[in-house]
Amino acid sequence: MATLGTSHMQAKLVLLGDMGAGKSSLVLRFVKGQFFDYQESTIGAAFLTQTVAVNDATIKFEIWDTAGQERYHSLAPMYYRGAAAAIVVYDVTNVDSFTRAKNWVRELQRQGNPSLIIALAGNKVDLVAKRKIQIEEGQAYAEENGLFFMETSAKTAHNVNELFYEIARKLPRANPAAQPTGIVLNQGANDRYQRRGSACCA
Amino acid sequence: MDEVYDVIVLGTGLKECIISGLLSVDGLKVLHMDRNDYYGGESASLTLNQLWQKFHGTEKPPAALGSNRDYNVDMIPKFMMANGQLVRVLIHTDVTKYLSFKAVDGSYVLKQNKIYKVPATDVEALKSPLMGMFEKRRARKFFCFVQDYDEADPKSHEGLDVTKTTSRELFAKYGLEENTIEFIGHALALHRDNSFLDEPALDTVKRIKLYAESLARFGGGSPYIYPLYGLGELPQAFARLSAVYGGTYMLSKPECKVEFENGVAVGVTSQGETAKFTKAVVGDPSYFTEKVKVVGKVVRAIAIMSHPIPNTSDSHSVQIILPQKQLNRKSDMYVFCCSYTHNVAAKGKYIAFVSTESEMDDPMKELQPGVNLLGPVDTIFYDSFLRYEPIADGSQDKCFISKSYDPTTHFETTVHDVLDLYTRITGKELDLSEKDLSAASAADE
Repeated sequence: MATLGTSHMQAKLVLLGDMGAGKSSLVLRFVKGQFFDYQESTIGAAFLTQTVAVNDATIKFEIWDTAGQERYHSLAPMYYRGAAAAIVVYDVTNVDSFTRAKNWVRELQRQGNPSLIIALAGNKVDLVAKRKIQIEEGQAYAEENGLFFMETSAKTAHNVNELFYEIARKLPRANPAAQPTGIVLNQGANDRYQRRGSACCA
Repeated sequence: MDEVYDVIVLGTGLKECIISGLLSVDGLKVLHMDRNDYYGGESASLTLNQLWQKFHGTEKPPAALGSNRDYNVDMIPKFMMANGQLVRVLIHTDVTKYLSFKAVDGSYVLKQNKIYKVPATDVEALKSPLMGMFEKRRARKFFCFVQDYDEADPKSHEGLDVTKTTSRELFAKYGLEENTIEFIGHALALHRDNSFLDEPALDTVKRIKLYAESLARFGGGSPYIYPLYGLGELPQAFARLSAVYGGTYMLSKPECKVEFENGVAVGVTSQGETAKFTKAVVGDPSYFTEKVKVVGKVVRAIAIMSHPIPNTSDSHSVQIILPQKQLNRKSDMYVFCCSYTHNVAAKGKYIAFVSTESEMDDPMKELQPGVNLLGPVDTIFYDSFLRYEPIADGSQDKCFISKSYDPTTHFETTVHDVLDLYTRITGKELDLSEKDLSAASAADE
C-alpha cells in the first residue's frame, strides 16, 4: 500500500563486465537468493526485476544482463538506453577482468548520460587465496572516476544486497528524464483494450 | 569462430534478427555476424555522424543540427500497423519488454493537390470533405459489409464469393465513385498501385479490416505505432532475444564469404577463420550477390526540418499517401514524418521521408510532389537503391536469402517474408494466432 510521502519508481539497471566475472551470479543472488558454483552462461533469463524499499521510496529495478553480447563487443546501443544505473563487475582474482572493467567504465562515460549512476563491484572476494586485485586498487580507481565501489561475493552473499540498496539510495528521487514515456505492448494483465467505433461504421 | 553451428545468419537487418531470434528460441545454435560495426544493416537508424558519413563521405554535420547522438534516422521508413503481423511477432516472442512506442498522430491523403486527414473516428468521418453526403451513405454500407465479413461464416458474405469476385466488382456492387475507390484502395487498404482492382477482393477486404482493427487498438489518429529511438530498435531487440537464447553475436566482421562444397553452402569465412553450419545460412541480398536478381528500384529523400509538415495540425508523427493517379504515376508515393518527441532528432527537429518505387531517372524530380509538401528544410538527402530478391528458395544450396525491403508503408510484407523463410528453414509454420492478440494491451508508463 502506498502511504503518504512514499514514491514508487522504476529504474533500469544494466550489468557490464568480463565473461565469468559473475554478473549473472550477482543478479541471481540479489533477486532469487541463489548461487550455483557452475553457473551456465546466461540463457533465457536476461531480464529480471526486483523491488527494494529505501527510506521514503520503493524502487523497482529492471535488471538487464548482457546475454553474452559483450563477448565480441557486440552490445547494442539499446542496452544502455534509458539506464539509471550500471554495475561494472570484475573478478578480484583476474587482472584482465579489472582492465576490461576500466574499458567498460570508459564506454559508459562515452554514452554521455551525466545522471547515470555507475557502481564498480570487485566480485569473488570469497576466493581469498587467489586474490590478485587488492581492495585499495579498486577503491582508488573508483575515486578517480567518481564511481561508487564495493567488493562483493555472490557465493557468500557478502555485500550483494548492500550494493543494490546503495544504488537505490543514490538514485535521484525526481525520476530521471531518461525514462521513456511511451506505450509498452503488454500481454495479458491490465487489459485496457476497448473496442471503439471506427471509421467503418460512420 | 571455428565451431559448428546449426545456422549462420549474415547481416543484422530486421528480417535477419527476427529469424535469428525465432531459431534460437527453437533451441538451434546460431552464429549471427554483420560486416558493419552497428546493428540494423539496411534497416538501421543512423546517428547524425553516420548519416553524414553515408551521404557526404567524412564531412562533419553542422553544429546547428544539434548533438550526433540525439539522432536515430531510419534508413527504411515505415510505420507499424498496431494490430499487424510485426506486433504479433513481438508479443509471440515476448520482445515487447525491450521497446516502447508512440501512436502515430495521423494519416493523410492527397487529393487534387490538397491533403486531407484520413478519418479515424465516426465524427471525423462525418465531417470529412473526402466524400459527399450520399457517397458517405453508400460507403457506410460497404464498410459494414467489410466489418462483418467473416471468412468462416457464409452468412456474412452477402451472396458474394470474394475469393473470386474482384475488388472492382465489389466496389461496383455498392455503387462507389471513382474517388472513393481510390481513397479506400490506397489510403485504407494501402495498395501501392491499381492492380488490386482486378484481383479477387478478399485481400482488399482483409486489408481494410486490418486498418480498422489497428485504428481501434490505441485510439490514436492513425492505425500506426512507432518505436521510440527509431525503427533501428527493432533489430536490436530481436538480436537481444536471440542472444538471450544462446545466439552468438559478432559485429565488424568484414567479407563474410559463404563457402560451398558441390554447390551447397557449408560455412562462412571471415578474417581467415571459417565457421561451419549444418542446416542453413541466412542473410540479406548483399551477402549473396550472385544468388539474387534485381526486382525494382526505390527512390527516397530524407529531410531534417525545424517544423512539422504544414497542414497536418502540427502533428509530430504523420503519414501522407500520394495516390498514383493524383500524380499521373503507376505507384503511390509516401511521406513519413516523426520528430524529437520520438527520440530520433535533436530538440525541435523533425525528420521527414519521401519514398516511392522509381519510375524515372531523376530522383529529385521524381520526389518533388512529396518534397513540396514539407515546406522549408534544414537539409535534405536524395538516394536511390535497387531492390533484390533471391533466385532460388534455398532447398538446394542451403542459402536462405531475404528480399530487400519494399516501399510499402508498414511491415506486413516484411514479416510475411520472415515467416516464409522460417518455414523453408525449419519445415514448420509459426503459429502467431495461438496467443490471443486481444489480450495484449497497452500500458502507459
